Amino acid sequence: MKPPRFDYVAPRSLDEALGILAEHGEDTKVLAGGQSLVPLLNFRLVRPAHLLDLNDIPGLDGIRVADGRLVIGAMARQRAVETSGLVRERCPLLADAMPQIGHVQIRNRGTVGGSLAHADPAGELPAVVAALDGELVLRSARGERRLAPDRFFVSYLATAIEPDELLVEARLPVAPARTGTAFVEVSRRHGDFALVGVAASVTVDDGGVCTAAAVALTGVGPTPLAARDAARALVGVKPTPAAIEDVGRRVAAPLTPDSDLHASSDYRKHLAAVLTRRALTRAAARIAEGDLTGERR
Amino acid sequence: MNERSIRVTVNGRTYERTVEVRKTLADFLRDDLDLTGTHLGCEHGVCGACTVIVDGAAVRSCLMFAAQVHEHEIHTVEGLADGERLNPLQEAFHQHHGLQCGFCTPGFLMTLTCFLRECPNPTEAQVREAISGNLCRCTGYKNIVAAALAAARTLGAAARS
Repeated sequence: MKPPRFDYVAPRSLDEALGILAEHGEDTKVLAGGQSLVPLLNFRLVRPAHLLDLNDIPGLDGIRVADGRLVIGAMARQRAVETSGLVRERCPLLADAMPQIGHVQIRNRGTVGGSLAHADPAGELPAVVAALDGELVLRSARGERRLAPDRFFVSYLATAIEPDELLVEARLPVAPARTGTAFVEVSRRHGDFALVGVAASVTVDDGGVCTAAAVALTGVGPTPLAARDAARALVGVKPTPAAIEDVGRRVAAPLTPDSDLHASSDYRKHLAAVLTRRALTRAAARIAEGDLTGERR
Repeated sequence: MNERSIRVTVNGRTYERTVEVRKTLADFLRDDLDLTGTHLGCEHGVCGACTVIVDGAAVRSCLMFAAQVHEHEIHTVEGLADGERLNPLQEAFHQHHGLQCGFCTPGFLMTLTCFLRECPNPTEAQVREAISGNLCRCTGYKNIVAAALAAARTLGAAARS
């Protein structure tokens, strides 16, 4: 239960970090909050020659709005995002998901970039980015590229990040007016990884007719699943219980989740339908609440 | 580079040590500083026994390296009491039988120390959520919750007086 030997380097600048990755990327692990990587090191499931610690690089943990996007620095601690008024106001789906990640001690260290780069198939943040069709910004000594979630998430614990690249930012669209969001999940115990989780966002016009809807699931496959076609069924109609129920059915129908110790494939499929309904119902209710109190733009 | 020199403040006292870079903060506290009040249960971030406070935030000391706390400030369970006198949270654990075997207690105390600072007047549900990242294998949660609520009352009364 002790990590294997490694060389440790804690650069003070992004350029320095990218230089190290350009040279040693193949046998380097990047240490952000360490809440997933350090257990893997302690178990000796990973044995990197080099450990590149990002914690001493200033400026990677910003939370800001630019170009209609909420821009989250990769090293922003999950707890900082959870308690950010800007996040709650501009990207409420992200705020909804945060308290469901691990426990507060985990979120105090754990980072947004770390969770995304770790790409756990039951993680909450990948589903949020997939639902909102956010952008993942990768930097290397060669330059920068921005990937959509469909291209970023490759498989179980696997992303498109090249060995010389670093995830530096996640860019999420700011929620339009009259938008409601919800993140719901079922897990064995509070703080455990979700058996299934659903991220949902609903936007309506003045008449209460849905103009945009998004649903993404975690825990039902190797990568987060954006159920775009199913969510589209809500567009053009009011988010009534019947319409929402229909989306739940459409979301679950094509799924073939794995069975494991915690839940059978059938149960996960059942949860996908039920949790989609709950998430959309809560999201739609929040628009109404917002209108009533005038809290939302 | 397999060793690092660090300077760290623990419970108000500054220590300078050279550490192997793969040494966790938990092992550093216990083995290098002899602060064995921080307990190690699972060593992979699940049980919460090793919870300490780094720069004001409760964290798992088994999931950080000692090399990462250079120039940072740490509080451990040893810093709670004033000599022989227990602090209000410790006293509440004592009064409400909030510990049985005691192994998990340091982690609970450090988690609750931070929680009661952020949420001085909690509901029982909030306390239960706050301690959800700490496991007690004696399963004595009921009395831990009672102790936390009692401590909040004591601290609240002290703040008002």
